[in-house]
Amino acid sequence: MLQLYGKIFKTGVLTEKTPKKPREIDETLEAMGRSLKAVVDKRFQGSLAIRQVDAGSCNGCELEIHALNNVFYDVERFGVHFVASPRHADVLLVTGPVSRHMEAALRRTYEATADPKWVVAVGDCGVCGGEFGVSYASCGAVSNVIPVDLAIPGCPPTPLMLLQGLLTLCGRF
Amino acid sequence: MSNRDIDSISLLCHKLETHGVRTDLLDPGPLPPARVLEIDAAGWGKAAEIAHAEKWRWAGVWAEDLLSELYVYACLEHQGAYLVLRAGLSAEHPRLPSQAPYYWAADRPERHLQDMFGIHFDDHPDPRRWTRHQAWDESSHPLRRDFPAAGLSPRQTSPDNSYPFLRAQGASVYEIPVGPVHAGIIEPGHFRFLAIGETVLHLEERLGYVHKGIEKIAEGRDPHSLARLAGRVSGDTTVSHAWAACLAMERAAGLDAPPRAAFLRGILAERERVINHLWDIGALCNDVGFGFGFYQFGRLRELWLRENQALFGHRLLMDKIVPGGVAVDVDAAVGQRIKLSIAALRKELDELITILDNNSSLEDRFLAAGHLSTELATALGALGFVGRASGQSFDVRQDAPYAPYQQLRMRVAQEEQGDVSSRLWVRYKELRTSLRLLEDMLDGMPSGELLTAWRIPQEHAVGFAAVESWRGEVLCFVRFAADNRISRYWPRDASVINWPALEKLVLGNIVPDFPVCNKSVNGSYSGHDL
Repeated sequence: MLQLYGKIFKTGVLTEKTPKKPREIDETLEAMGRSLKAVVDKRFQGSLAIRQVDAGSCNGCELEIHALNNVFYDVERFGVHFVASPRHADVLLVTGPVSRHMEAALRRTYEATADPKWVVAVGDCGVCGGEFGVSYASCGAVSNVIPVDLAIPGCPPTPLMLLQGLLTLCGRF
Repeated sequence: MSNRDIDSISLLCHKLETHGVRTDLLDPGPLPPARVLEIDAAGWGKAAEIAHAEKWRWAGVWAEDLLSELYVYACLEHQGAYLVLRAGLSAEHPRLPSQAPYYWAADRPERHLQDMFGIHFDDHPDPRRWTRHQAWDESSHPLRRDFPAAGLSPRQTSPDNSYPFLRAQGASVYEIPVGPVHAGIIEPGHFRFLAIGETVLHLEERLGYVHKGIEKIAEGRDPHSLARLAGRVSGDTTVSHAWAACLAMERAAGLDAPPRAAFLRGILAERERVINHLWDIGALCNDVGFGFGFYQFGRLRELWLRENQALFGHRLLMDKIVPGGVAVDVDAAVGQRIKLSIAALRKELDELITILDNNSSLEDRFLAAGHLSTELATALGALGFVGRASGQSFDVRQDAPYAPYQQLRMRVAQEEQGDVSSRLWVRYKELRTSLRLLEDMLDGMPSGELLTAWRIPQEHAVGFAAVESWRGEVLCFVRFAADNRISRYWPRDASVINWPALEKLVLGNIVPDFPVCNKSVNGSYSGHDL
């Protein structure tokens, strides 16, 4: 147990400024986070709940969305958190392309989300169909299935791009 | 090809002949390094029965529509020798004896062919549909030439409510349906548990939700475009799938990537392995509520992702392997930087693994959970760390090495115990092996070109490749049409083989241990569903 505490102590708090992080990422992240937090505090009572839906992605986007929760980005400190049910969500973060086999599940998830709600399409595939496009098996962009409020392109978008996207969304309120 | 390979193949041919299966070993075969054995369609099941008795591992099945007839291929492996069985079928009424009665792993891949090509498998133990949900009907088959890539009906796809799951009768048995939309940030799939109290009595997986027609939309692409698509078969395995596709295309075109490019591909693939193993060790900790491990390993992973971005221009290393070679280089300064990161990571791992090892609550959750016996792993032909934690030793890098691994020495990590803890340990050991391989590759990297000029393959040229991804063996088959266009692409992720293992290893565990059991296998949904 001592070793564990020792490791925690030595690791320090990476989410604040630390020489281990490249400086420019640090500052962008901090600045973006501060603006995001301001909006989340004002418009969402301090808490923005996101339900992530993989509607057919190659799982690359999921890896980067996960990274938002690692110690460097620690998106929860800005009031943004991921929830297990669409019933608890303000925002659906949907990756695509929407496979036809996920089409009904995505519609139902959308219907299960309480109003007011916003949909963010993540990744090139979610935004425009990307490498997969529209086919017998794929509906392509998320907006072909449910209304989309914001698109975050990238293959996959980096955690910073995701954060920037959320900020843009919140900036509209 | 060694004498040993030729021996085991000729022995199998001999046995097949004595059992009345007509065979023709193509020489030279069209799919080196694999040998191709043409057999009568009628002997397809018998061939599997004999190969199984001779301890060949079943690795995959695929088909292609050549209009006048269908070709079906099954890939077998024995002590590093790959043998591809091939049979021609009538395009009108394609039917074939099933190999699934002899090979557990053949069950779902044959059902995939049934859905995609309309091939009827006689004696299949479970002929339910598999990849097909409601996006197309039973009478149409997307991988047949007459099926348009755009599909036949643009209407909304209805939910798949009618799949006949196994039902249990009895007062104390209840069903737990989970998915396709799961509670975390993970891919979609459906799990149907039958439980008594907290104990899992039966688990049935229902996959295919992220089927996005990869095999169909590959048709007509040029090599670069196919490499991009291959890099998106499964995002976490982008390097290995792109590598397998490029290797298969290069073999079809009759060219080799330069030696330096092979080393760089190796570096990218080992980095992918390191990053994924770090992530999953962290995620395993998270699934048993050990947040410390989750955040520490997640931190190490992020450092390597950032290094990928800084050195290679992409965090996940997408599109860095291209037909003919690579799109990145490592100079002395970059090599030095990587070595420093390796040294730093080793130091951290030494500390962290001691902490994990001393933690009795982890021991309590990992030991004996999700047990996959050596017998089951062998019967399935389980791949990667799932197989190697249950007494299997196969690793393409060692048993059927390709450049640069022919020039590298490595020891394949192996455990016998078959539980979550074993799979974690195998992955930890593999991580350490990867770090050493990275150093060896940096030290031994030959100088020279990064790309071999592309040569347009002849019409009908085919190629086959096997590479070891972090999940295990990835296979790939390609066929070219005229004008440098792909007419068939078949990728087989290790997940296709390993998913059924989860159904077995979770039995007798409590339902709340399913997440950690699942994570210890970590199949790719996208890589499976295509």
